[in-house]
Amino acid sequence: MYLSRRAKILLASLTFGTLSFIYIPLIVVALNSFNPSRTFSWPPQSLSTVWWGRLTESNGVLPAIASSIKVGLGATAIALILGTCIAFAVSRYSFYGKNTLSLLVIFPIALPGIITGIALNTTFHTFLDPLNKQLALWTVVVGHATFCIVVVYNNVLARLRRLGQSLEEASQDLGANIFQTFRYITFPLVRSALVAGGLLAFALSFDEIVVTTFTAGPGTETLPQWIFNNLFRPNQAPIVNVVATMLIVLFIFPVWLSQRISQDGSAGGRL
Amino acid sequence: MRNNRINTWLYRHKGARAALLLALPVLWLAVAYLGSLAVMLISSLWSVDSFTGNTVHSFSFTNFHTLLTQKVYGTIAIRSIGVAVAVTVIDGLLAIPIALFISKVLKPKFRSVVIALVLVPLWASYLVKTYAWRSMFSDGGVISWALKPFGIHGPGFGLTATTITLAYLWLPYMILPIYAGLDRLPNTLLEASSDLGASARTTFTSIILPIIYPAIIAGSIFTFSLSLGDYIVVKIVGGTTQLVANVIADNVGTAGNLPFAAAMALLPIATILGYLFVVRRSGALENF
Repeated sequence: MYLSRRAKILLASLTFGTLSFIYIPLIVVALNSFNPSRTFSWPPQSLSTVWWGRLTESNGVLPAIASSIKVGLGATAIALILGTCIAFAVSRYSFYGKNTLSLLVIFPIALPGIITGIALNTTFHTFLDPLNKQLALWTVVVGHATFCIVVVYNNVLARLRRLGQSLEEASQDLGANIFQTFRYITFPLVRSALVAGGLLAFALSFDEIVVTTFTAGPGTETLPQWIFNNLFRPNQAPIVNVVATMLIVLFIFPVWLSQRISQDGSAGGRL
Repeated sequence: MRNNRINTWLYRHKGARAALLLALPVLWLAVAYLGSLAVMLISSLWSVDSFTGNTVHSFSFTNFHTLLTQKVYGTIAIRSIGVAVAVTVIDGLLAIPIALFISKVLKPKFRSVVIALVLVPLWASYLVKTYAWRSMFSDGGVISWALKPFGIHGPGFGLTATTITLAYLWLPYMILPIYAGLDRLPNTLLEASSDLGASARTTFTSIILPIIYPAIIAGSIFTFSLSLGDYIVVKIVGGTTQLVANVIADNVGTAGNLPFAAAMALLPIATILGYLFVVRRSGALENF
């Protein structure tokens, strides 16, 4: 299409405008974390790292980070096992309900978090109440694992489809048994897809708040919950800004890393 | 030796291998997760004893009766769907030019850089991004500061802030499918259109739009359903605005009326399924 110079300039400025729309709020949060004023009058009068220094003094941040990491690791471990199993089954075997299963994997992430959250909440209460047990950290792990399965599944499935089966057949023709073939051929070939899927699953779990809210027991607080609970307290606003800035930087890294590793999908499994 | 027997047995029984792989995932997803959804659907027919606060496990249509007869819920439903539609339209209008620019104007070597610029914030924490808009819209925040010289007040927390924040959050979900659609569209087709005398505008409306239509629909599925199910954004920047999702959340949390929340949750589920059913014919779903 021969676009006129004017049309090109128009498109370029619209793109530039949209990119500013995407980045300005994030930059504002980062700048605010260096704003020494407690009320955050914009623009900041001066810059200082005073709130960064107080990060560890604030009550609750470190325990919240700890429980977020625990939940993330647990959910990622479960998602790695289940997601890999489904990916292998779907790519290597034909069975009744295959299409339904590949749709079912997407369900927990396609349905709004609040639906998954309430559904699991109702079930947990139905089974735990008669036993006099309460929601706890493990119920959050179950909730997160459910929607993390899909990112591992997507990554591993893409890799398996690309690899084909000829290497495994060659290995078996040369006398290796099923376990040896898996250990020496298949696993090394899908390892990086597992790492990429695992990183994305961990990032997804670390960021989740809705499912967490409905599956967490009293006294359990993950980092997103801590942010949400302290957001409305004017006293805590400076620390929230610091944690938020930290998260912006921390999040981008594992995702960038997993994109570099996998190279299978452009959107990294969230799409 | 034992290892070898298991191996031989597994080698001979392909079905057994598949069954072993599938046992755990099916138990988790089909039994536990789908089972939970089913329990939730059934629980929408239960009720809560207003005196003891216990759940009454007997079936009645009280919850649905309340939902259909009390006018406030109808208003909230229409408002929520309106917000979801507005978010989808805003994202579509923002996404088409940027996708067009990246795929058809930018030189290939800059393309991946700009796409990365669009993608990276998708992974910045959802809560942090919402929080960022709180500092944009707050009293004395960036927006009211920027509008001050013009003598205009910022919109503050409310429906406008909610719509803009949701549009912000889901924008990459609209840009990516449209970009992918445009990327597959050969440039020669556009050149042919120009050679045959079509203006840029005609090429856009009669060549580009019809071809990227399924991609727009695919993006709209995300923007629409994500907006409809979100209650965190409206709590953070929505002021006192009530949308379906935060009414559901409040009924689980403060009001402790899980059955009513479940009944209310059927609205977004039904709307999203209905939307999927309507757009199924566009071919957008084959992109997944």
